[in-house]
Amino acid sequence: MNVYADALVNGILLGLVYGLAAMGLALIWGVMKVINLSHGAFITLGMFLSYVVFESLHFPPYISVFLAIVVGLIAGVITYFTALHRVLNAGELSTLLSTYSVSLIIVGILMFLFATTPKALNLGMNIFTAKIIAAAFSFVFSLVLYYFLYKTDTGMAIRAVSQHPDASKLMGIDTVKILAFSFGLGVALAMAAGNLISMIFPFSVLSGGLYELKSFVICVIGGLGNPLGAIVGGIVLGILENVFGLFVNQGIVPFVEFTILLLILLYKPQGLLGGH
Amino acid sequence: MKKHLGFIVSLLIILACGAYPIVTGSPMAREDMFVMLSYIGLALSLNVLMGFTGYVSFGHVVFFGIGGYTTFALIYHYGIGLVPALIAGGLVAALIAGLLGMAVLNLRGAYFAIATIGINEAFKTLISNIDYLGGAEGLFFNLRKAYSPYGGSQKALWYSFIILVIVTLTALIVSFLVKRSKFGLGLFSIREDEDAAKVLGINTKLYKTLAFMISAFFPGIIGGLFFFKNGSIDPNSAFHLLKSVEMIFMVMLGGIGTIFGPVVGALTYEEIRSYLLINPTFKDLHLAISGVILLLIVLFIPDGIVGFLRRKVKFFKEVFE
Repeated sequence: MNVYADALVNGILLGLVYGLAAMGLALIWGVMKVINLSHGAFITLGMFLSYVVFESLHFPPYISVFLAIVVGLIAGVITYFTALHRVLNAGELSTLLSTYSVSLIIVGILMFLFATTPKALNLGMNIFTAKIIAAAFSFVFSLVLYYFLYKTDTGMAIRAVSQHPDASKLMGIDTVKILAFSFGLGVALAMAAGNLISMIFPFSVLSGGLYELKSFVICVIGGLGNPLGAIVGGIVLGILENVFGLFVNQGIVPFVEFTILLLILLYKPQGLLGGH
Repeated sequence: MKKHLGFIVSLLIILACGAYPIVTGSPMAREDMFVMLSYIGLALSLNVLMGFTGYVSFGHVVFFGIGGYTTFALIYHYGIGLVPALIAGGLVAALIAGLLGMAVLNLRGAYFAIATIGINEAFKTLISNIDYLGGAEGLFFNLRKAYSPYGGSQKALWYSFIILVIVTLTALIVSFLVKRSKFGLGLFSIREDEDAAKVLGINTKLYKTLAFMISAFFPGIIGGLFFFKNGSIDPNSAFHLLKSVEMIFMVMLGGIGTIFGPVVGALTYEEIRSYLLINPTFKDLHLAISGVILLLIVLFIPDGIVGFLRRKVKFFKEVFE
């Protein structure tokens, strides 16, 4: 019995962190209908930011995570104007490819700097404590995002643009600013998640891809474009990975995840929480 | 004649790539041209789906992997001859494309793209767990035994190269015939407006699925050849997502939806790639530089080299199909 309770708790804790990682993807998809293929690269960037800060200044991730958010916001806004603004209305192939090329650039530079050797932070705390801290931060960030989206003017503007870009423009919303800011926010969430994941798991330059794929699954479970659904999706995935892993060969778990992804896309593309 | 110039030049390029190593007898040239021709074949195949119907498969490498595993396992476990094993690989890839296609081709745009990534990852992890296929470590040929029916490893490599030339030529000819046929016209109407095409009586589901199967068949065979030549196969190299993106990149670079585009795109891509890899200054940064080049193409010449020439050079206006 104890084993199951353990798996459940671990699943929920990890799920919160996964959920944070997926939220950025969901937000960007919701606001600008772009599948951000550079999401994984920004998660990796968050991990390496945490690594560099820890190695040079000995600041643990739960402090550098705030730096990650600031860097992420700036990097996201720059990425929006260089890579996305021009092709936003040119169809999904263009945005998929432009965000993918951003990911190639980031991963390419990180590979040049750090090679592909795995890294891990030696925080001197046990892994369970690290998980609790990371999960707590994810939970607080999700609450802040919820408050921001639903209780502030900027948040309302973001939701307005996601529902009807043209009408919001007519209502006097500077849509370009909102789009750039939303992208920045999505990237900031990805980098924060990467930062927190670096507390729990070892990572390498190529790790981001894995979490990007998990984020896809989570977003599809929670409903694409629904940042709060992402937290629920994240917890579902976390529990699935940990509890399901007790019954079957651990190696087959990703297969189950992607099968779920496909089935939901086919039968309930609005996500499990999407209603009708 | 002028209208088919793109096709004729493509044909000549493939023949030249094939003839060069054979005439010089150089194994080094053969290795280079093997990569070049397989890229041309992959780009041409993906173009049938992506260029003609507008569906972008982000996990197309899955068919390369499926064909690779089918061929490899047939030779490894049963000692079947290369040609029948390859044909089996292509057919299995096309069959799986048909089955999957009936389901996922109902999804559009980005949803389809995510689904194809999911399919690729699902196959990767599934195969990593099948002991019969070597699990995560993959399968390795006993090289002497595997290549002996062809008169040693050198002969076997030449043999697989010649098959690749034939396969790439076939992929080109099939693309050309599809594009000129009524079937091709149906595919283009799906790309322009799928709902309208359906209303006009086109069996869009059948058309899309067939296009998906064609575009899976050749990658299946090319995957088989690639891993036969390699002597080993493992899930990570068979289902490497980056390869899917390379295929899309080549099609975009050359010019989507044309016949000449994928050929010239593959040619240019491979030249850029080998230049970056050989040059010591760029070697470690080649991934980042490829990213910059891709971004510039997407931002400034989304219709690729062919589209650019068509717009800028009068002579090319009506040349490329």
